[in-house]
Amino acid sequence: MRFIFKTDYDQDIRLFKHGGTKFWYGLLALLLVAMPWLVGEDMRDYYLAQLGFIWIYSIIGLGLMLLTGFTGQVSLGHAAFLAVGAYTEAILQKHGWPFGASLTAAFVLSGVAGIVIGLPALRVKGIYLAIATQAFGFIVEEILARWDSVTGGNEGLHLEHIDFFGFPIASEADFYFLSLGLLCVVLIGTVNLMRSPTGRALVAIRDSEISAQSMGINLARYKTVAFALSAAITGVAGALYAHKLQFISPEQFSALVSIQLLMIIFIGGIGSFHGAIFGAIFVISLPEAISAAKDWLPPSIGGQPGLEPTIFGLILVLFILFEPLGIYGRWLKVRTYFSLFPFYRRAMFKRQKAYMKSERLR
Amino acid sequence: MLNQLLQLALSGVAVGCVYGLIALGFVLIYKATETVNFAQGDMMMVGAFAALTFTEILGFPFWLGVPAAILAMGLFGMLIEKAVLSPILGQPAFSIVMVTIGLGTVLRGVVSMVPGWGTDTHALATPYSGQVVNFGEVVLSIEQLTIIADTAALCLVLYLFFRFTRIGVAMQATSQNQLAAYYMGIPVRRINMLIWGISAAVAAFAGVLLAPITFVHANMGFVGLKAFPAAVVGGFGSVPGAIVGGLIIGLVESFAGFYLPEGFKDIMAYIVVLLVLVLRPSGLFGETRNKKV
Repeated sequence: MRFIFKTDYDQDIRLFKHGGTKFWYGLLALLLVAMPWLVGEDMRDYYLAQLGFIWIYSIIGLGLMLLTGFTGQVSLGHAAFLAVGAYTEAILQKHGWPFGASLTAAFVLSGVAGIVIGLPALRVKGIYLAIATQAFGFIVEEILARWDSVTGGNEGLHLEHIDFFGFPIASEADFYFLSLGLLCVVLIGTVNLMRSPTGRALVAIRDSEISAQSMGINLARYKTVAFALSAAITGVAGALYAHKLQFISPEQFSALVSIQLLMIIFIGGIGSFHGAIFGAIFVISLPEAISAAKDWLPPSIGGQPGLEPTIFGLILVLFILFEPLGIYGRWLKVRTYFSLFPFYRRAMFKRQKAYMKSERLR
Repeated sequence: MLNQLLQLALSGVAVGCVYGLIALGFVLIYKATETVNFAQGDMMMVGAFAALTFTEILGFPFWLGVPAAILAMGLFGMLIEKAVLSPILGQPAFSIVMVTIGLGTVLRGVVSMVPGWGTDTHALATPYSGQVVNFGEVVLSIEQLTIIADTAALCLVLYLFFRFTRIGVAMQATSQNQLAAYYMGIPVRRINMLIWGISAAVAAFAGVLLAPITFVHANMGFVGLKAFPAAVVGGFGSVPGAIVGGLIIGLVESFAGFYLPEGFKDIMAYIVVLLVLVLRPSGLFGETRNKKV
C-alpha cells in the first residue's frame, strides 16, 4: 500500500503523482515505440493498421471527452466535426498544401465549426443541446452530399499519401508513428488544459452551471472554448482519418457514427483521460472480436448483419446500468483492490442512492 | 395551383401526424420522468412488426390484430421501463439518454435477426390501402385520411384519459412534481411504468399508421429522428405542442420538397429546429423557468 505524503500544493496538479506512474508510463511508451518490431512479420501491417485506428479514435475520444466528459455538454453531431477536418485535409491536399499547413487548417476550420454550433449551446442545454447538435450533424452530412463541386458529393474524395516535411508517410509503420505522435501531443495538451484554470472552469460548469456562474466563471466564454477545442481536436483526428482510409464520402460521417463516437467515451469511462483511450481500444477491437467469433457461431446467428449493432448496444446498456464509470471505473476498482489489499471493501465504490433531480421548477 | 397547395398540405399534415404521434411518445415520457427516449422511433418499428406478425403470420383479422399489437407493445414498454430504466432513475440525464440510444440499437439489431422479420421490407395489408377519394381535382388517399382521423381520435382519447380518469390525473400530478406525488400516496414507480407502456402503445399506433406509406422494415424507426424537431418546436413538455410541432414539421417538409431545390426536404426539419432553438428555446408551447440552486 502506497501513501503519498503531500508537502506542497503543486503535488496535487503534478502530471505524475509518484515514481511508480513514471515507471509504468515510461514502460508503456517504450513498448509502443518498439511495437512495429515486436509483432510478427506476416501480421505486422494488419496490427499496425488497427493500432493506427485506435490512436485516431483516441484523439476523437479525447476531443469528445473534453466536451461531454469534462464540460458536460452533450454532442450528438460530433461526426460533423470529424467530417469538416477530413474534407478540409482532402481538399487542401488536392490544392497542393503541405501536410503541416493543411492539418493546421483542419484544426482551425473545425474549431470555427465548433464555435458556430456552440452558439446555440449558449442558450440551450441538456437534451435540447443534444438535438441541436444532431440537427447540425444532419445538415453537414447533407451539405457534403450535395455540394458536388467541392466535396465530390456521394462519390467522395480520394487522398494521396502524406508528405511529412519531405518524408513520405507510405507504410503502415510510418502512419502508426505519425498518429501515435499526434495522440501524444493531444493527450499532453488536454491533460495540461484540464489542470489549468480553464480546465477547472470547464469541470465546474459540468458539475453545476449555477455554482460555476456564481464563482465568476463566464459560462458563454468557457462553453465556446470547450466547443471550439473539442471540435478542433476532432478535426485533427478527421484529417488523419481521411488519410488512413484514403477515401472519404458523406456516409462515413452519418448520425450513427456520432453515436459510435459517444460510445467510445461512455464505454471507456466518462470524465477520464484513460476512458477515451480504453473506449477507442474497445470500439476498434470489438468488431474484430465479433468477426473472429463468427467462425464459432452457427451461421444462422453469426451471418446476421444485425449481430454487431446488437452487441454494441447491449454492452453500452449494460455498462451504464452496472458500471457507469466504464472500463476505466473497472480498472480503478481492480487497481484499488490490489493497492489496498487486503482492505478493499465492496461498498467502497457503491453508487450513491440517487433521487430524480428535476430540471423543472414547480 | 390551389389544388396543388391543398394536395401538398394534405400529405404534409398526414406525415406531420405521424411525427406528432412519435413526438407525443417522447413528450409523455419526458413529462413524467424527464428522460428522453431516443428509442421511440425503434419502438414504433417494433410495433409495426408486431402488427405484421399478428395479422400476416398469426392470421388474425386486421381489426383484432392491430389492437393486440398495440397492447403487446404497451406491455413491452412497461417491461423495458422495469428492466432498464427504473434501475438508473436519478442518474445524470445523458446517461439515461445513452441507455435509450443503446436500446434503440439493440431493438434494430434484434429485429433484423428475427426469422420472418429480418432485413426485408414487408407490406402491412390494411383494409384501406390503395383506395383514393376524388374530391374535385384533389386526390385524397384513404391512407392519409385515416392517419389524420386516427390521430385526432387518439388525441381525444388521451385528453379524456388524462383529464377524467383517476390514473390519468395521478400521471399529471407525477409529471408536475414527483416528490409531492410521492407524498400524496401516488405510486410513482408504477406510474412511470404505465407511462412507458402508454408511450410504447402510442408508438405502435403510429407504426401501424405509417406502415402503409413507408412499408415495414428494420430501419423505419429513423423517422423518429424527425420527431425530435417536432417535439422541440412544440415545446418539449407540452402534449398539444407535440402534435402541433409534428404538423408544422410535416407541412414545412412537404412544401420544401416541392418548392426548394432537391436535398432541402430532408434537412428542413433540422433547419427549423435550429432556428427555434436559437430564437425561442422553449418552443411554441413550452414554459420557461429558471432553475434555482
